[in-house]
Amino acid sequence: MSDIILEVKNLKKYFKTKKGLLHAVDGVNFIISKSETMGLVGESGCGKSTIGRLILRLIEATEGEILFEGKDICKLDKKEMREMRKKIQIVFQDPYSSLDGRRSIFDSIGEPLRVQKVFNDKQSYEKRVYELMDTVGLARRLANTYPHELDGGRRQRVGIARAMALNPSFLVLDEPVSALDVSIQAQILNLMEELQKEFGLTYLFISHDLSVIKHISNHIAVMYLGKIVEKSECKELFKEPLHPYTQALLSAVPIPSIDVKIDRIILEGDVPSPINPRPGCRFAPRCRLAGDICRQETPELREVRPGRMVACHFVENQN
Amino acid sequence: MNEGKILLDIRDLTVHYITYDGTVRAVENLSLSLKYGETLGLVGETGAGKTTTVKTILRILQEPPAKIIKGEIIFENEDLLKKDMKKMRKIRGKQISMIFQDPMTSLNPVLTVQEQIMEVLRLHNRKLSKKEALIEALEMLEMVGIQAERGSDYPHQFSGGMKQRVIIAMALACNPKLLIADEPTTALDVTIQAQVLELMKRLKNEYDTSMIMITHDLGIVAEICDKIAIMYAGEIVEYGTRKHIFHNGLHPYTKGLFACIPNILDEETKLIPIKGLAPDPINLPLGCKFHPRCSYACEICKTEIPPNKEIEPGHFVRCHIV
Ligand SMILES: Nc1ncnc2c1ncn2[C@@H]1O[C@H](COP(=O)(O)OP(=O)(O)O)[C@@H](O)[C@H]1O
Ligand SMILES: Nc1ncnc2c1ncn2[C@@H]1O[C@H](COP(=O)(O)OP(=O)(O)O)[C@@H](O)[C@H]1O
Ligand SMILES: [Mg+2]
Ligand SMILES: [Mg+2]
Repeated sequence: MSDIILEVKNLKKYFKTKKGLLHAVDGVNFIISKSETMGLVGESGCGKSTIGRLILRLIEATEGEILFEGKDICKLDKKEMREMRKKIQIVFQDPYSSLDGRRSIFDSIGEPLRVQKVFNDKQSYEKRVYELMDTVGLARRLANTYPHELDGGRRQRVGIARAMALNPSFLVLDEPVSALDVSIQAQILNLMEELQKEFGLTYLFISHDLSVIKHISNHIAVMYLGKIVEKSECKELFKEPLHPYTQALLSAVPIPSIDVKIDRIILEGDVPSPINPRPGCRFAPRCRLAGDICRQETPELREVRPGRMVACHFVENQN
Repeated sequence: MNEGKILLDIRDLTVHYITYDGTVRAVENLSLSLKYGETLGLVGETGAGKTTTVKTILRILQEPPAKIIKGEIIFENEDLLKKDMKKMRKIRGKQISMIFQDPMTSLNPVLTVQEQIMEVLRLHNRKLSKKEALIEALEMLEMVGIQAERGSDYPHQFSGGMKQRVIIAMALACNPKLLIADEPTTALDVTIQAQVLELMKRLKNEYDTSMIMITHDLGIVAEICDKIAIMYAGEIVEYGTRKHIFHNGLHPYTKGLFACIPNILDEETKLIPIKGLAPDPINLPLGCKFHPRCSYACEICKTEIPPNKEIEPGHFVRCHIV
């Protein structure tokens, strides 16, 4: 199919630690079509940011392929990667840490343009930076302010403007609204949606917040300890989660209404360590459905109904 | 026995921070009351003055830069603002306890968790022997779902959710009349948050403790609060029962909050953000502090501070136009 923009195949990232091999990402597969938003959700430490950083090639994969428009990013040489960076950009949770505090907002937004030597005359360069400020809703009068003078929402707009500078087609958004107050969060989410429509962008949207993920995504992948446990079209997933972890995760979200009663599934204990994980299903120790096979064999992600991918041995046995 | 009686009554509280850049009007003319056994949700965005309010109740503000300008905090018929620090220390340990967002602010990294709980217990009941205190400490741990064997571990050996449960055990160790929790689950993952909220709900019923729960999450409020105060720029703009706020929220800011959050049960297509930004607390707008962001604002809102109107019994709104 031609509308596939990104395909991730059997992606693995293991970190060497003092205590052993940490399986941060452990055999992940997914496809993202052009102009859609894929939501990647899961609790802290499950490997979401690592996937984002692998796609940007900020770190090297241990194994697997990341095909962007059919080309494996992991195999590109330096020069090819430089070209690729124009197409794929990332926005982080706290742009503060990724912005240079001594640089004005104008210079920060212009930096990717200077690094990639996009313009050779000052006028076109300045025009482009101001245009970017307009695009993300930053008043031009803020051009000469510094990151610490801005509130979180505006700083995030700077982060987005930088990411947009080189006209990318694909953005990794790593918890872009998690540090923001709700009224500002809504402004940034709406901006992301407008930019997507206007420029035909494709998003990998990473978040631990299920309400945000549901709002923004077309498809969703739910991760647990380095693996995708469920993958589906967004509405279907929320209507009827199939993996026992997804069910618990969705039921844990507090609902801002006093008229609904949710049957909450309280998980016992904490997420186990990703270092030298035991064989079998990662979720088995906390799973209400787990049987012997779950502690021996790792369940594969398989299509249990049209469009519904679930990695669980017992998914058909629930009622 | 105390049912229906008022435990805490804050009247006209004003707290400022005197800083190099100017006076931060963090809390202004705030009035609030809480009955025995009730849970109050204090809701608002960053900088609204929530933490300052509860730190004032406990008298743990750093003065200076903070300065309590005026007001009364009547707790069990006595004004906490008139107490000396020695008396306050007693009240803090015995009658009011606090849970912070970051558990490490309340945990000592070089003591085992059982030692820390024992310390609290013995501070409250000096007659308690070491052995008795240990038994009680381990019971408290079990109560919050941590195995007694883990009592001899140090805080860093626990995950975030477990640390927060240890803090809850410590906070309840003195059987306080009032428990104040400042964003206790904000740093936790949702399934762990669910565990902690479940625990807090259970303990609230068992101990009949009154509680002030600070949060920005309306979902948490819906789940555990009886009364709700919506705070904006140092003021309570709306106050009422959960029914009042969730079924008949009237202040434009309250309505704005509900409209801008995505809800996993809704099929909403577009979020309606509140325009603009929270005001600079050194330079607050005249009149209603929300008027620059309010789509209903009229002339009067720009010049006159709105009165606190009681719209229906127990439901207060600070707005000219409701
Ligand atoms: N550079 C690194 N070295 C060692 N471990 C790492 C490194 N980066 C991430 N990890 C570990 O990999 C796992 C996944 O981390 P991350 O991708 O950041 O999770 P998430 O973004 O879902 O919270 C975690 O256990 C984390 O501690
Ligand atoms: N120590 C301090 N010095 C100066 N200003 C402070 C201090 N602590 C808090 N503030 C200011 O007081 C206002 C209220 O803060 P806070 O009570 O922490 O709000 P919240 O808990 O609702 O986020 C904010 O504008 C904050 O910047
Ligand atoms: Mg992350
Ligand atoms: Mg606070």
